[in-house]
Amino acid sequence: MLIVRNLSIRYGGIEAVRDISFDVPDSKIVTLVGANGAGKSSTLRAIIGLVKPSGGSILLRDSYIRGRRTDEIVRQGITLVPEGRHVFPDQTVLENLKIGAYLRKDDISEDLERVYTLFPRLKERSWQPAGTLSGGEQQMLAVGRALMANPALIMMDEPSLGLAPIVVQEIFNIIRRINEQGTTVLLVEQNANMALQIADYAYVIENGTITIKGTGQELLKNEKVRAAYLGTGAK
Amino acid sequence: MSLSYFIQQLLNGLSLGGAYALIAIGYTMVYGILRMINFAHGDEFMMAGYFMIYSIAVFPWFISIPIVIAATVVLGVLIERVAYRPLRNAPRMSVMISAIGVSYLLENLANYLFTAMPQSYPQIPILKYVYNFGDISVSRVTILAPVLTIVLTVLLVMLVNKTKLGMAMRACSKDQETAKIMGIRVDNVITMTFVIGCALAAVGSILYFTDRNTVQPYSGSLPGLKCFVAAVIGGIGNIPGAVVGGFIVGICQIAITAAGYSVFSDAFTFVLLFIILLVRPSGLFGEKAVDKV
Repeated sequence: MLIVRNLSIRYGGIEAVRDISFDVPDSKIVTLVGANGAGKSSTLRAIIGLVKPSGGSILLRDSYIRGRRTDEIVRQGITLVPEGRHVFPDQTVLENLKIGAYLRKDDISEDLERVYTLFPRLKERSWQPAGTLSGGEQQMLAVGRALMANPALIMMDEPSLGLAPIVVQEIFNIIRRINEQGTTVLLVEQNANMALQIADYAYVIENGTITIKGTGQELLKNEKVRAAYLGTGAK
Repeated sequence: MSLSYFIQQLLNGLSLGGAYALIAIGYTMVYGILRMINFAHGDEFMMAGYFMIYSIAVFPWFISIPIVIAATVVLGVLIERVAYRPLRNAPRMSVMISAIGVSYLLENLANYLFTAMPQSYPQIPILKYVYNFGDISVSRVTILAPVLTIVLTVLLVMLVNKTKLGMAMRACSKDQETAKIMGIRVDNVITMTFVIGCALAAVGSILYFTDRNTVQPYSGSLPGLKCFVAAVIGGIGNIPGAVVGGFIVGICQIAITAAGYSVFSDAFTFVLLFIILLVRPSGLFGEKAVDKV
């Protein structure tokens, strides 16, 4: 689905991401874990064209998308659930979902039903301004909005940020279900424990480079990962 | 004061207010989406006045009106492309300063191209037709201005609330980066905002100058400021607010003039600005800035 090779991103003189390469195979869940400022979000923003990488290549199903405009990339089947949710607060839940389908010209009612089935609470609140929703509901709306584009690959930036543990569990269950329905997922998380449990493949990013990679299960057992990210390492 | 005099002045106020309202919409829409005051907007309105003078010398009025609207739109979009878009990622203050620069540029350009002499604005017979009701005599443009303003406002509000473009505009005005992630081409939406703002300013210029007979290079600066005040009174960023603000400023100006204090009519607009900023800084219909963290 997505192949990233030697991607580098600079902000002014600072290199936020250095020469990273990873693959997101079809209908898998891939996660990038790492500390704050490691370059995870920058990587997602580069893939969707919000920042211009300074080097490397990004391939989506054999077409180079690096340097393309964001709307072209979205049209090709990638969406991003941004960090901090960023729903449109004054617009209703339904309007937010419709904005997610902005580029589509076909009938969206089926996808609307799908989103409402995944998130029954959004249906109950479809006429409510999104700003009045709770944090967890807003996160669900942000995910639902991204699904409305009917993406082949959905990227999520810290979907668990600032949410109660029970809601986090719910969000991760949903991610799994979305994946089971055939959508490829690229997940960025600080909550490494949760992310690794659902991930097929995982990469650890530290200071802008990939230091450890493997399947989710391998990384869960990896001593270094346990010590640095799971807080369960041997003393 | 006789009733007919009162009605006469009220109609004049509504007419001026209508023209102000159409210009104020341009300020409020650009602010809504770019969070900047387009100080050149009043001068775009002045240029629209000159476009009519030169267009009507060649074409009949019904062709000239679309030409004026089109030329003003082209000018506005060009200004956005050249003076604002390159500063998209710069601090907002830089864009504002650029707008002030464009304002001076247009004024001096008009001075250079058209001389500082006031030029007479074409009298379009169909707009100048005078109705007489007893003591009251009003030209058609006086009646047309508020009606046209309200019709255009209703259409614009429908565009913003019901269409896909409107949806994109509202999304961009809240959060441009997220709008981009939705696949919205933010630059195109901004261009469309300038297209609408300038088209309305061009219509406003026809209504305004037809009643005032002359255009000179600084014809846009004071009306521009007043319409900016109108937008602030209504709550900047809010389209119906700008229209209400435009009518308030227009009616107040005529009322003060009619009461015999025409020297103070300009100053009063700004007194109004002080009052609104002191009492209700977000304007009559402006939303209070509340952030949910």
